[in-house]
Amino acid sequence: MNYKSTLIYLIISTLYLLTLKLVWIILSVLQGLEMTSITLEKNLILGLSISLLSILFGNKINLLIKNLGLSLVFTYFFYIYNTVAPIWFYFGIFVIYLFFLNNIKNYDLKYLNKPHVIETTIFKYITLFGIVFFSLVILFPFYLMLITSFKTQASLLMNPLDFSLDFTKSFKEFFKSYFVVFKTYNFSRYILTSTIVSIGTVIITLLFAIPAAYAVARLNFFGKTFLSTSILIIYMFPAIVLVIPLYTIFSQLGLRNSISGLLIVYTATTLPVAIYMLQGYFKSIPKEIEDAALIDGHNWFGIILKIIIPLSLPAIASVALYVFMIAWNEFLFSLMFLDNPKTFTLSRAINYLSGDAETPRQFLMAGSVIVTLPILLIFIYFEKYLVGGLTSGSIKG
Amino acid sequence: MADKLSKIEKRTAYALILPAILLVFSIILFPIFANIWISFKEVELKDIRIPEPRAKKIIKSIPEDLTKLKIVYKLRNSSLLENITDVKLKDKLPANIEFINIDPRCNFKSRTLSCSFGEWKAKYRENLEFIIYNVNGNSIDKKSLKSKKPKLSGKADNILLTTNFTLNNFKKVFFKNDFKDLLLTTFYFTFFGTLGAIIFGVLAAQLVNQKFSGRTFMRSILLFPYVGPVVALAYTWTLLLDPNSGTLNAILIKFQILDQPINLLGQKYLTFQFLGIDLKLRLALTTVIFFEIWRYFPLAFLFVLARLQAIPKDLYEAADVDGAGPLNKFFNITFPQITAIISILFMIRFIWNFNKFEDIFLLTGGASGTRTLPINVYEQGFAISNIGMGSAVSMVIVLILIIFMILYFKLIGKRANEL
Repeated sequence: MNYKSTLIYLIISTLYLLTLKLVWIILSVLQGLEMTSITLEKNLILGLSISLLSILFGNKINLLIKNLGLSLVFTYFFYIYNTVAPIWFYFGIFVIYLFFLNNIKNYDLKYLNKPHVIETTIFKYITLFGIVFFSLVILFPFYLMLITSFKTQASLLMNPLDFSLDFTKSFKEFFKSYFVVFKTYNFSRYILTSTIVSIGTVIITLLFAIPAAYAVARLNFFGKTFLSTSILIIYMFPAIVLVIPLYTIFSQLGLRNSISGLLIVYTATTLPVAIYMLQGYFKSIPKEIEDAALIDGHNWFGIILKIIIPLSLPAIASVALYVFMIAWNEFLFSLMFLDNPKTFTLSRAINYLSGDAETPRQFLMAGSVIVTLPILLIFIYFEKYLVGGLTSGSIKG
Repeated sequence: MADKLSKIEKRTAYALILPAILLVFSIILFPIFANIWISFKEVELKDIRIPEPRAKKIIKSIPEDLTKLKIVYKLRNSSLLENITDVKLKDKLPANIEFINIDPRCNFKSRTLSCSFGEWKAKYRENLEFIIYNVNGNSIDKKSLKSKKPKLSGKADNILLTTNFTLNNFKKVFFKNDFKDLLLTTFYFTFFGTLGAIIFGVLAAQLVNQKFSGRTFMRSILLFPYVGPVVALAYTWTLLLDPNSGTLNAILIKFQILDQPINLLGQKYLTFQFLGIDLKLRLALTTVIFFEIWRYFPLAFLFVLARLQAIPKDLYEAADVDGAGPLNKFFNITFPQITAIISILFMIRFIWNFNKFEDIFLLTGGASGTRTLPINVYEQGFAISNIGMGSAVSMVIVLILIIFMILYFKLIGKRANEL
């Protein structure tokens, strides 16, 4: 028996088990579980013994029986050592034990004698800790946003830890914040504005960017190298520098508080990125196809329309989604240019709501869910394309 | 033939590129030059409106004589500061109308009343009154009289177009604006925000590069903070960190880690003892940096992951044969492969974080020691309404940025195209 590696394995796995339990306890407390103190020492002993038993049993008995049996026994011990809690809480603990045992199923006395086993163990557990840590840190704010939008002001102030949802409420009561946000705060109008602005930006950007990117990628003309370097430089220029001059110019031209003004600015700011991304892809299309079309008597317009666009649809989809995301999420220009509620985009409307300290927070969060949900759904559905767009364009942003 | 073709090619190229260039020029490059111009002027928000002459037409009936009406033009200069010269008014009236008394500055010819007033001083106001009657002796149709609006014209100096320049804005920026603190806060925010995002990005990429169930799901989740709209995420964080009814404070107090709620976004300094030394931490700034890391580590993650997946597998297999451990493999194989991408990411993200506005603005509004240069641009320009000052601050940003860009292109410019 290799004592050193066994000891390290025991300590790390116990800590990992404890972390899992802690996360579960916090999530349970948010569902209204009353648990003021955790008996740390007893949980440590439980963790150490389950890890030890698991390696001692090794693969002498059937894995399924071993895991189920150990989980059941230790859930019972946990039940004895800790304060009383509802049955679903212990079920969660049981699942955690099962999950944990599944994670350590490779470990037995033989395995712990292998070379580099300490390093491998540490690496494995860093990964496991990482999964727990990143999921918690990333998903928790989204979870909070969603839950808060279904609560009432009074219950939120009384107990900020109460994340439980009352499903016995009627449909109308349950979605009350959303009804209020749509009726009183006119969110349907803002959704429409945001959609028009985002889709409009995508269309106009593509109309300008595809020909320009084609020229940069394929044609020879004076100033080409200069142009492609300037694209890169311009697209690193920050919006905050443009805000004051654009504000003054737009005020004098009467373009503030108008959707067209917003469209112009969004298009101009996303155009360099779009050209940069598209020309890279266009260069990868074999030139012979175009030469053949040229001999067949097609002009440049025909080539772009009939060859380049159909061949580069994935890249165009990436650019379109990326530009859509930028336009949908954009905040700085909409803050500067819009102060009439009639022209608000969703982001600006939520900012406007929060400016009034009287606005109950569940309405603010309902608005946040409304602006976040479409973009997340689009992201999940078109992940492949959007990730492509992100990797080639999002050094900016 | 080839010559002709290349000529056509050139012409097509210019035709294809011109629309994009014009748009980018007018919305990005021209404003940058305008910014230089404005930064040398003392302009305030209220000066932006071009002064214009205005008139409101009011019709009053005269009870004793129904065939007559009184027209009052309420004239004023819209600006409180600027004069308008060469002011003219034109108004078309219905047929068969004559004036009884006409102002010497005006004349009435072929149904049109035209007046020229000369100069209007700032704040100028006057009520110009006329009495009119119908030639036919009938009563006058008030509606048609009201339906036409008087047209006014005049010449005014647009304060933005005059050539009075001053260095006062820049003097104020450097000497009266806590410039040192501003610059320090900005660099602190930028440096740690960038570094943290890259560290977490590398960790996350290393994580997703392992084999485990739910890996693709994990990859999607990791990108959520970057894909979500900043407004929604920032307000969620404010709610989470709220000292009175925020979830984080409530959890920490519940598990007896804290006995007093802590205002993570509203407290400038946190003093604590470490090894017997009193230390001061910029608390609100640190929180904002963590938000920044949370939001932008997905980017670093994405780039590093792409690089990791491109590393040939046989490198690791060879290392396995040589009996190398995971730590050895990471430092001798993985790390050298990702240093290039990390350095590029660091430079680019540094430039971008340097200009970050929305995140800080939405979380703290620049209070409690989180005032960075971009926040100051907004404050000067729109909260204090001093457009000239705001421009001057943003010019400082541009200058620092240009230095960064030169450095960037000198160091790794060529590699950027390989991304």
